[in-house]
Amino acid sequence: MYAQLVETGLKQVQEVADMTPEERAFQARIDADIKIEPKDWMPEAYRRTLIRQIQQHAHSEVVGMLPEGNWITRAPSLQRKAILMAKVQDEAGHGLYLYCAAETLGVSRDQMIADLHAGKVKYSSIFNYPTLTWADIGAIGWLVDGAAIMNQIPLCRCSFGPYARAMIRVCKEESFHQRQGFDIMLTLCRGTQSQKAMAQDALDRWWWPSLMMFGPSDAASVHSAQSARWKIKLLSNDELRQRFVDQTVPQADYLGLRIPDDKLAFDEITGHYAFGEIDWQEFHDVIKGHGPCNRDRMRTRVGAWEEGAWVRDAASAHAERRAARAARHAA
Amino acid sequence: MNAEWPLWEVFIRSQHGLAHKHVGSLHAPDAEMAIKNARDVYTRRNEGISIWVARSADIHASAPGDRAALFDPANDKVYRHPTFFPMPEEVKHI
Repeated sequence: MYAQLVETGLKQVQEVADMTPEERAFQARIDADIKIEPKDWMPEAYRRTLIRQIQQHAHSEVVGMLPEGNWITRAPSLQRKAILMAKVQDEAGHGLYLYCAAETLGVSRDQMIADLHAGKVKYSSIFNYPTLTWADIGAIGWLVDGAAIMNQIPLCRCSFGPYARAMIRVCKEESFHQRQGFDIMLTLCRGTQSQKAMAQDALDRWWWPSLMMFGPSDAASVHSAQSARWKIKLLSNDELRQRFVDQTVPQADYLGLRIPDDKLAFDEITGHYAFGEIDWQEFHDVIKGHGPCNRDRMRTRVGAWEEGAWVRDAASAHAERRAARAARHAA
Repeated sequence: MNAEWPLWEVFIRSQHGLAHKHVGSLHAPDAEMAIKNARDVYTRRNEGISIWVARSADIHASAPGDRAALFDPANDKVYRHPTFFPMPEEVKHI
């Protein structure tokens, strides 16, 4: 999940009895699956929660370009390089769709970027892990984009129109990302012994962080319950994680790779895979900024923004001068 | 300087002769750059063959509160739909 631990600012789920007539009408529209559009009345907490959620999601897309960008210059063939560039370009597009959806709620793009750079808003924990080998690019597409799809498909039905529409566009493109990742893994697994070992090593390192992407169990979370009531969270973190495991284990089997979990076992009765305990301490450490690459990612992001300032300014100056010249000619 | 670029709404016409359709928005310093950016962001997979961009600030929208006043009257004029008029089965091509 690209938006982990989204707070609603509320201490308990709002009950119908505590709602104003406006809030009640709003909840009734959501219950009737009518989309909420930017100019419609909405509770302030709904607006703020969505801004946080969409913003985290957008930042994740943008920061998510960095671990992959690391391999563009070293892709093993020209075709793989072109594919990876297309994927990274898609991620930039996904970030943009999402920033625009958030902007309809009254927050400016510059404010969101400033909040990211100031560390006030998070991005997904997963992008604070390093991409050490080419197989990591395969593992990211297969696992990380796979987990993202798991989360994003339900969001296509979420209650906020611009977010739902952005998700539909994103999901259409995301499937390419997952398949190109699996294709890299498949090629490595059909290759030499050391290539297969490289694929196994990537799975070993990315498996647990991928499971952490869905966030800690939120069965008892007030925020998640309220977000579910608002239909901006459609499935619980545990449900999404279970779906991901059930879907991915047979794919690993096909590749002939071993999932690094001794407790992983298919449960005939439930029809699901049981899996081992996740190291939530590691997750919280990474979220707090102590992952392997947090500082490096932020340094790169802030650097890109600052080094690009003169380009943005020059484009603005050029546009202003041309508009002034056009006005003079018209006069 | 560092002023935020203005926001533009993007409309794309697909290949099949349909009208331009709103697909999203983006920031750009001027119309020319808005079209270039729209091409990169919204037409990476043959989504269209024509792009319109319009400054978001120039778009005027109906108010959500006026929904009933504007659109409800259509509901009581069912005779505007051809299915309102029952046709005898023997009558063809109508």
